[in-house]
Amino acid sequence: MGQPEMHGAGIGAAGPVAIEFRDVHKRYGDLHVLKGIDLRVAAGEVVVVVGPSGSGKSTLIRCINRIEAIDAGDITVLGVPVAARGTDIRALRRRIGMVFQQFNLYPHKTALENVMLAPVKVAGVPRGEAEQRARELLRRVGIGEKHGAYPAALSGGQQQRVAIARALAMRPEIILFDEPTSALDPEMIREVLDVMRGLAHTGITMVVVSHEMGFAREVADRIVFVDDGMIVEERPPLEFFDDARHERTKAFLSKIL
Amino acid sequence: MSWDVLADNAGLFWHGFQTTLLLALASWAVAASLSIVVAPLRVAPLAALRAAATAYVEFTRNVPPIVIVFFAYFALPNLGVELSPFAAVVAGVGFYGGAMFAEIIRSGISAIPRGQYESATAQGMSFVQAMRLVILPQALRLVVPPLGTETINIIKNTSLGAAVSMGEILGTANLVGSRTFAYVVVFVGAGVLYLALTLPTAAAFNALERRLARR
Ligand SMILES: Nc1ncnc2c1ncn2[C@@H]1O[C@H](COP(=O)(O)OP(=O)(O)O)[C@@H](O)[C@H]1O
Ligand SMILES: [Mg+2]
Repeated sequence: MGQPEMHGAGIGAAGPVAIEFRDVHKRYGDLHVLKGIDLRVAAGEVVVVVGPSGSGKSTLIRCINRIEAIDAGDITVLGVPVAARGTDIRALRRRIGMVFQQFNLYPHKTALENVMLAPVKVAGVPRGEAEQRARELLRRVGIGEKHGAYPAALSGGQQQRVAIARALAMRPEIILFDEPTSALDPEMIREVLDVMRGLAHTGITMVVVSHEMGFAREVADRIVFVDDGMIVEERPPLEFFDDARHERTKAFLSKIL
Repeated sequence: MSWDVLADNAGLFWHGFQTTLLLALASWAVAASLSIVVAPLRVAPLAALRAAATAYVEFTRNVPPIVIVFFAYFALPNLGVELSPFAAVVAGVGFYGGAMFAEIIRSGISAIPRGQYESATAQGMSFVQAMRLVILPQALRLVVPPLGTETINIIKNTSLGAAVSMGEILGTANLVGSRTFAYVVVFVGAGVLYLALTLPTAAAFNALERRLARR
């Protein structure tokens, strides 16, 4: 173990594997939350994870950068065994960006400082260089003129776009989104999805937990349907929406579409 | 009543005032340094570190600070450590204040949403970096008022110096009183001198709180 696996994988996952789950289990006390997850995400692939609330989507995505520890099975990310003892998890996390439902911007820092903090303090990028890149990223997500604002002075949509810029600041190979638009007012959802859509075309590996089915249909290479801690179905979007095989998928789709 | 006693002993009282000020500054520095390390340890990932920090906080703040001062001054020499009265008071008041500060700061830390720590560590920060760069700057702002109250307690606790024969404010008042029998005058004078330290301190913390609130 340890080196990236180069052989092809399941549906849509050809080429180098960025993320691989093998029979992953996770419990919170007596609650069995992930019940044997097997999943491969190819480098550059965009995977959207959908499923009912409480089905384990957040837990699944949070295991990728070990914000949650797993109880059994293994996860390999960018060739690194995530759960193995001796794994330098901080080094791995630098290669994985994460965007949260509640934005989690640092409220005591300006937009610009939010984006610069990790590059300067974690990666040791010189301040001037980090600042230049941060400004560039903020422009890219449409926050250019607000770089001096504190998060409290920004709308939810603006905060989430800053959070995306922050996640990109470390030049990650993978970016994880956990319901990035669920805390937003409807009129702000679009501006965030637009940024994500742009990102999907850059070749970065994306795993997105989302209820935005329009976005999933348009941007995803593959949709993974999770229910009750298991992956029930994983298909390209057109097949998933128009030709769901499993009863549970159909029931879920009938509720949200 | 002869208020002249104060004027006649102005030099002594001035020296006592300065000594109290120095004791307070040194004790505060000890308390602040201890607590800024101990408070994060109370939520550290390693259980052994958490336990050590909890033990320090719970033992220290549940013992009268004078016990710690006496221990430092009278007991430590038996263990081969000689402390001056000044050092003994700073150790006692600083140690006690450190536990109080640590508890206050910990309450601030626990008021910070968990997502702050998660996004910091998801970016590759260590526990120490996440605390220093993300959590503590937010937590400390929340607890400025209780930190001010405890800072004033530190100033007041330096009066324990009188119990180990120091010439700080209280010790000086006691000394002058025993020479002149003008006890009413000297202790009122001592109270006024403490107020000259504590009231500006309270005002400074209020100003700091208002300034942070504006941001
Ligand atoms: N830290 C935790 N402690 C205990 N139970 C948790 C914790 N986090 C999540 N859970 C539970 O695990 C289940 C899956 O949660 P989650 O992964 O957040 O689901 P989803 O993101 O699909 O809504 C839920 O029943 C939830 O209540
Ligand atoms: Mg969730």
